[in-house]
Parts: sequence; structure tokens; C-alpha cells
Amino acid sequence: MFYRENGQFKTTYRADQQIFPIAQDRWFILALVALAFVAVPLLASDYLMRAILIPFLIFSLAAVGVNVLVGYCGQISLGSGAFMAVGAYGAYNFFVRVPGMPLIPALILGGLCATFFGILFGLPSLRVRGLYLAVATLAAQFFADWMFLRIKWFTLDTPSGSVAVSNLQVFGMPLESAASKYLFCLAVLAVIALLAKNLVRSAIGREWMAIRDMDVAAAVIGIRPMYAKLSAFAVSSFIIGVAGALWAFVYLGAWEPSAFSVDYSFRLLFMVIIGGLGSIMGSFFGAAFIVVLPIALSQFLPFVAGLFGFSISTTAVSHAELMIFGGLIVWFLIVEPHGLARLWSIGKQKLRLWPFPH
Amino acid sequence: MKLRKIVVAATVALAGAASLVSTAALAQAKEQYLPVLSYRTGAYAPNGTPTANGIVDYYKLVNARGGINGVKLLVEECETMYDTARSVECYERLKGKNGGAALIHPWATGATFALTEKASVDKIPLITTGYGRSESADGTIFKWNFPILGTYWVAADVIVQAIAQKEGGLDKLKGKKIALVYHDSPFGKEPIPLLQERSKMHGFELQLLPVAAPGVEQKATWLQIRQSRPDYTLLWGWGVMNSTALKEAQATGYPREKMYGVWWSSAEPDVKDVGMGAKGYNGVTLQHGTDKNAPIIKEILAKLHDKNQGTGPRDEVGETLYLRGVVSAAMGVEGIRAAQERFGKGKVMTGEQVRWGLENLNLTQAKLDALGFKGVLRGPISTSCADHVGAGAARIHTWDGTKWGFTTDWIEADQQIIKPMVKATASKYAAEKKLSARTPADCQS
Amino acid sequence: MAFFLETLFGGLMVGMLYSLVALGFVLIFKASGVFNFAQGAMVLFAALAMARFSEWIPMWLGIENKWVGNIAAFVAAGALMFAMAWLIERLVLRHLVNQEAATLLMATLGITYFIDGLGQSLFGSNIYKIDIGMPKDPVFVLDSVFQGGLLLNQEDVIAAAIAAAMVIALSLFFQKTATGRALRAVADDHQAAQSIGIPLNRIWVIVWCVAGLVALVAGMIWGSKLGVQFSLTTIALRALPVVILGGLTSVPGAIIGGLIIGVGEKLSEVYLGPFVGGGIEIWFAYVLALVFLLFRPQGLFGEKIIDRV
Repeated sequence: MFYRENGQFKTTYRADQQIFPIAQDRWFILALVALAFVAVPLLASDYLMRAILIPFLIFSLAAVGVNVLVGYCGQISLGSGAFMAVGAYGAYNFFVRVPGMPLIPALILGGLCATFFGILFGLPSLRVRGLYLAVATLAAQFFADWMFLRIKWFTLDTPSGSVAVSNLQVFGMPLESAASKYLFCLAVLAVIALLAKNLVRSAIGREWMAIRDMDVAAAVIGIRPMYAKLSAFAVSSFIIGVAGALWAFVYLGAWEPSAFSVDYSFRLLFMVIIGGLGSIMGSFFGAAFIVVLPIALSQFLPFVAGLFGFSISTTAVSHAELMIFGGLIVWFLIVEPHGLARLWSIGKQKLRLWPFPH
Repeated sequence: MKLRKIVVAATVALAGAASLVSTAALAQAKEQYLPVLSYRTGAYAPNGTPTANGIVDYYKLVNARGGINGVKLLVEECETMYDTARSVECYERLKGKNGGAALIHPWATGATFALTEKASVDKIPLITTGYGRSESADGTIFKWNFPILGTYWVAADVIVQAIAQKEGGLDKLKGKKIALVYHDSPFGKEPIPLLQERSKMHGFELQLLPVAAPGVEQKATWLQIRQSRPDYTLLWGWGVMNSTALKEAQATGYPREKMYGVWWSSAEPDVKDVGMGAKGYNGVTLQHGTDKNAPIIKEILAKLHDKNQGTGPRDEVGETLYLRGVVSAAMGVEGIRAAQERFGKGKVMTGEQVRWGLENLNLTQAKLDALGFKGVLRGPISTSCADHVGAGAARIHTWDGTKWGFTTDWIEADQQIIKPMVKATASKYAAEKKLSARTPADCQS
Repeated sequence: MAFFLETLFGGLMVGMLYSLVALGFVLIFKASGVFNFAQGAMVLFAALAMARFSEWIPMWLGIENKWVGNIAAFVAAGALMFAMAWLIERLVLRHLVNQEAATLLMATLGITYFIDGLGQSLFGSNIYKIDIGMPKDPVFVLDSVFQGGLLLNQEDVIAAAIAAAMVIALSLFFQKTATGRALRAVADDHQAAQSIGIPLNRIWVIVWCVAGLVALVAGMIWGSKLGVQFSLTTIALRALPVVILGGLTSVPGAIIGGLIIGVGEKLSEVYLGPFVGGGIEIWFAYVLALVFLLFRPQGLFGEKIIDRV
């Protein structure tokens, strides 16, 4: 009853084509954005922002990038960790080697480095498909692992090969406090997510989806597979590269190549699959599930055990966390195989009728 | 069906909870809060578990002895799974609890790098006994890092000297070939600058053989060693890489007596599985090796394990990694004690105060013996503003197929070589970060 | 020349060991179209089960003989793997019939986490020993032809022989028995197989049981080589290039792919590695598989993906 589009008529094409045509959606998103930008920095604790929200934001951004490639264009890629690494090291090199380089251009340039790397390792997608492509893109991951360890130039010839950044500032404001870091990540995420959403609604997005659905048919109707696939890799790697640079600069501060191990590639793919392939919003859900849930479990389980009066060792918590996490993934997939975003849209569908039964 | 799944999951979780030992932390007023970052699950659990057990047992022992001048220790563990991001999350969660963490042992090189930046902002000292960056020995640049007892350059230097001892002198190294099989990561690369320096000085050839993490397949590496036949091979690995290296050495027939491992590659988990196959394998020790008869071990057994208060299995007490944990914890506790001398005995210390304490450690042999470390640690261990290491000697221990035993006397690392390298690398770090060395006035605070 | 042969031989042996792990992937994919991400975790779980049972069963039953103890442990671990296969089919796969590949892949990920946690809580996180009497010392052959002889790793040769025997047994199983035919039918088309009366659920249980058995053998051999510890799961990552090079649906492909990858890895590391500083074998294996894929996009022996528009 409350959530319906009854009576909302559009008089211009522009109004009809907006991202959120239903007014209730618009209000909801505005409220959410206001909450995120204003309420959270004021109310949330330092720990919540630093250790939970910032990783969530950064991984959401990376998941948006992966979703563009895997969800919208159908090219399963397991090289995301490598793209994050290339973005991080690229941004680092520009930031440190070019005197006076501001942070945002460094991040963008890091993203562009990741773009080139992504296009290069996306070339196999022109010939190989499906799971074979997924495993082939692991070549990117392991190559990047090796490259940053062996080619000293990337790590400024430090003997240990580990690099660090500090004294970050944006437009003169230092990024020291948890709130400032959080707002910076949120701003970057908001801008890029909006750009990605518009990109997937545009012609190139439709080309990607055509390739995903049936690339032979798409080629038949005149979509150039090479252009579509490589542009998907390019855009996706750019976004993932920026996310990687943010992860390194804002969250870790100092990192080594193993900070972007193959684990991250798998985690990003899983975020996207469980969040919902082909859905920008799904990336957020998936990131929340995979980033926040383990931490929540590791704190919740001792609390629950405490309620029953016995204390629980960290080992047991860790094992239980793994088992519950695995169990929850399977459960969610059985309940909704198309991911959490589908659950969300089903919920919205039901809301159109609520509180009436039909 | 779905409900059943939830019930099954919950039951398993509770079953897991009920079957394991608890490390309860009771909250009381006026306690020194010491979080412990540990990894008891995951790929490095076999190495992380005894170390964590050692730390927790030592803290329990301190409490059993009456605390530090009456101040009891509040211990809380956090599982990091040896993952840098998790370590950072643990750190962020625990650093402010219960009055603030007084010190942190990162126990992983990746975590050390990540936390170095944060700890200096949060004013919490990091104790990195025997790991971390070698240049953090320079306290004038690395105010908050304390690689007490030894760094990787000390380890590499002592190994080279031990090899020289075997050969009959440093000049006898000329023309020899020494290979370094190392974990392809910042940890593994640490000794390379020192080995290259020594190789230039004495004329031996250095062959570098990186092993991609985690190092489960080393056949190619050891075939290369079989081909080049180095006179000595150094092993710089962690976790499964160590035992795999020893097994491959056995499989290719490379004499284990010619192998020398760093103190993280020469502990029980690395050789127990190989058994007699690793006989003759040498390791440099961070002062201590395995010592089941040390006074401190006997005290831990008597006061904790005999009363069922101990952490972990009894037969692990006194092994190398367990003792590593005990020794590291002891350094931290002594730092707090030293801080209390200046800032108030019997009071809870802040991170800054503990940092001062760690920088002004003055542990003579007598003091160490009194604490129970007779035969384990060699005094004096004295840190200062410029020197955050405090000691620079080590011994070599050798595996005889069933246990570790010392085979050399104390060897002092050559500070004439190490100090300039530390200074140069630290200055480079400072220039990059636009830090300036601490002033003498700052050193006093 | 001798050294080249040693490297070649070492590569062939390691390749066989990789193919043991790759077999698990191929079996499950062949029969149910699911890429079993949990294979690495299954190898570890099976190895842990075997290692701990070989400690506990002699204690519980008072067996003195090492061989009997090992066989009892093997049987017990096998039974545990069968039970796990049945549970996976019952609780997970049955509810995800006809879902997309990505969903099934994700479900196997959930199973991976679960098995990781379960294995560690049941059996512990330490390093455990599997002692099946494999010789650890090297043997030198052909010392008449080559000075000093060629290095031969006996353990690897025995392991390779076991892997070969396993492959032959599996090939025979698929080709000659009725169950094998049913498995192949299910792999071709689930619905068609169901329509002619093949009980899908039972077939899947059988497939996962066989894959579990393969995981147990692989775990036993790798565990004997490396010691049973968590890093065993990373072997699965080393075996992935084998899977795609040979083709996701081909059992002999797993062997041939394994041999190629094994040799490629070792030769590249030993001969190309020194020029670029070493440590290249992992990504070289993937790049090698990739190069093969460029010529045959479905792997050497995989089924051609035919698209109908």
C-alpha cells in the first residue's frame, strides 16, 4: 500500500529514465545517503568505522567492479586480487615518485594502471570462456604476486619489498581520523557506483549483457565481442584498481605483495555471486555478507557463550565461525540461488501489496 | 528443512565450543591490559599455537607471582589466522579496551608493517622479538618498534660466522658457495642485504633461491641446489616451507649438516615430521633454544600445568617456539616493570610509559637469572634510544633426530657491519617518510 | 644432460601427483557439472582423518602392526568421506538441482568453509604424520650411463604408480560398468538421464563418494610427502592448471595435463628461473595452460562447447 508507483506519472523521457523512478525509492536512497554521510560519522564508534565500515566500503567498490565484469558481461575472472594489487602499487608509485602528487589523481592513475593490466590479462577472454577463463585469469593473479616481489622498481627498491604511505590529505584536509577516512571512502564509492550504474544502463552496458547472455548471437547482431569484452575488463579493472589503492592507502597503510593474495580474488568473486550477479546493489549486499559477517560472528559467539555461562577459546570461535559462515552461504543459496539482491527485489515486490494480502 | 540446517549449524557451533579449553579474561579494576594477537587456526597454526601458549602461560605466571608490583595482567587473545587484514582488525578492536593496550606483539611480518604506521599514531609500542624490519633496531627513527633480542641481520651474521667457525676462519670462506632458500616475501628477503655485504667482504658466492609462498612444492629449488652444489644452504622459511625444504633436501641427498635455518625455521614443528631425516640440521637461535629444564619452565610446570592452569599440552612446554613466546612476553613485562620504576610502582602503565620502559631495559644476567632465565637468556639485555635491540648474540642448535641441542658457543653479531647498514636503511626510510631522527631531548622522555 | 633428465623426471612425477588432485575436480564436474571448489578442503579433511585415525585406531583397538593400523585408518577415513559425500548430496546438492554453475560453485565454497572448520575442530590444527612406509631417501639409477647416476625419488615414483593405477581403475569404471555409464549419462544431460530412470540423487552420492575416495588417496600421498597440515589445501591451486589444460571433463586429460604442467613447471623454474630471479613456477604453469587454451579453448581433451543460437 505504501510502496507503489500508482499515480506517479512521468512527463519527460528524462524523468522516466532515472535510476530510481519510484518516488519512495528516491526518498529511501536519499535517506540512506544522508544516514551514511551524516549520521554514521557522528554516531558510530571509531572501531566500527575503522574496522568494519571502511573495509565494507572498499570491498563494495571492488565488488561493483567485479560485478561489472562477471555479472554484467559474464566473464568469470579470478584475477581481481591482481588488479587490486596493480592499482595499489600503481597509485603508490605515482604518489611517491611524483613530488606533490595529490591523492585523488594518484588513485585515478593507479586505476588506469590496473586498466592496462586488466586489458592485457583479459585478452584470453576472446578465445576462452566459462570456468576455463576463470582459471586462466588466475595467471594474472600469480603473475602479479611474482611481479611485485621480483621487480624492485615497483617497491622503490626497498630491501624488504614492503611499502608504506602516510600523511594522506585530500584538498588540504588530513585523512587521519576514522571519520575522515570513512567519508573519503564513502565519497569515492558513491561517485564510482553511480558512474557504474549509469554505465550498465547505457548502450555499452546492454552490449555487455548481450555478450553475457549469448555471445554468438550478440556477434551476429553486430556487437563486436572484442570491444565489449575488453571494455568490460577495462572498466572493471579500473574500479577494482581504485578499490585496491584505497585498501592499501586508507586501511592498511603499509603492505606487501601478499596483502593481495589469491584469497582476495576468490572472496571478491564470492561476494558478487552471493550478492547477486548483474546487480550493483547486489555488490553491496555481498560485500556486507563476506566482510562483516565473519567479524560479527567472531564477536557474537563469545557473547552467546557468555550468556550460557561458559567461555569459549579463540580457536573454537574461529572454527565455529568458519562452519557457521559456510553453512549460512549454503543456506542463502538454497533459499535464493540468485543472490541476496534477488531477495531484496522479492521483498520490494511483496511490499507493493503490503499490508494487503493481494 | 531450513530450520534443521540452522539447528545443525548451531549444534555444531556449541559442540565446538564445549570441547575446547577456555581462556577466560575476568575484568577487574586496575589491571594492565595486554591483548595477544595469535594464530591458532589456518596454515600457520602449528607454529602460532605453541608461541601463543608460551605468551599466555608467562602472563599467567606473572599473575601467579603477584603481578608486576601488584598490578595484575589482563590477557585477551584475538585470532588473526596470520592474515594482515585480520590482524589490523584485531588491533583496532582491542587497542582501546580496558584502559588501552600497553603493548602489542604482532607476530607476523605483514602485520608488523601494517601496524607500525598505526601504532605510532595510537602510541602503543610494538615488540617484534626476532622479526620485523631489521632497520627498526634504530630507535631514533623507529620510536615505537622494539625488535628486542635480535633482528634478521643479526641472525644472518651469526650464521655466516658459525659457518666460518666450521671452516676455520672468515678468510676460508673465499671461493665457497652459499645458497639462500627463502620465502618469497619481505620476511624471506630480509637477510639478503647482509649476506650480500658479507659475500663482498669475504669473497663467497651467494645464490638466491626464492620459493613462492606457501612453499609446498620445492622440487625445482632443490634440483637447482643439487646442480650447483653449494657448500652451505641457509633456510629462511615459515610454516610448511621449512619441513618441505628438509624433506626435499633429504630426497635430493643434500647433507642436512650443511643447512642452517633462521630462528623461525628451526623449531620443533619444522623437524618433528621429518624426524631422523633432518638429523644434523642447524638453526640459529634467538638466544634460547629448547630447554625443558630451565628454571622458568620448571616454575611454569609447577605453578600452572600441575594445577591444570596451563595453556596447551604439557609436553610442548619448553620447546623452542613455546620458549620464544615466554621470552617475548617476558621482555614486554620487564618493559612495563621498568616503566613502573619511573612513572609509579603499582600503577597501570600507558602505552607511552611502557615505550619508555622498553627503551630503558637494563636486564643484567643476575636479573635474568632471578626471573628464571638462567641458561636461556644471556645478559646484559639493555636497550637505549638508539638501540632498540638490546643484545646481539646467538648460538647455533642442531637437531639430532629427536631433539635440539646447542652445538656452538655464543657468537656475537658483528655490529661494525650491521650498525652502518641499519643507519643507512633507517635514514632512507626517514627520508621517504619525511621524518627526522629523534632529538636527545626526546630520547629522555 | 643428466641434470636435464633428472629435472624432466622430477617434473613428470610431480605432474602425476597434481593429476591425482585434479582427478577429483574432473570426476565431479564430469558427472554433475559442478566445479567442486571444496576439493582442496576435502583432500585436507581426508588426510587429517587418515592421519588421526592411524594414531587413534591402534590405541582404541590395541593394534600393534603398522600396516593393519594404516589399513584400518584408510577404511575408517574412507567411510567418513562416504558419509560426508552422502550428507553433501542430501543437504546441499538436492536443493540446488538445475541451478546455474555460479550458484553451484558458490555452494561448494560454503562447503569448503564448513569442511575447513569441521576438520580443524574434529582433528586439530597441528601437523600430523601419515606413515605409509614410503621411502624417503633418494636412489641413484643408471650410474653406468651417467656419472653418479640419475636421482630418482622413490616416494614420487610409488605415488605416480598409485595415481596411474587409480586413473586406470576409474577409466575402467566409467567405461565398463553400468554405474559408470549412468554417470556419463548424467554428465551429458541431467534431465534426459532422469527421464530414462537414472536416479540422480544416488548417482550424485556415488560421484561424490568416488571423488572423496580420490581425495583420500591424494591426501594420503601428499600428506605422506608434506605432513598433514592446513597448507595441503593450496595443492588444489597448483592442480587447477592441470584441470583446465586437460579439459574439465576428461580423466585421461587430467593425467596428460598433469604431466605437461609438471614438466613445464620444473623446467621453467630450473632453466628460465635464474634469468628472472626465480620463483616463477606457479604463474608459469598457469600461463602454460593458458597458451594451450588459446589453441584448444576447452582443454586438450575436454568437450567442445557448442553454442546454438
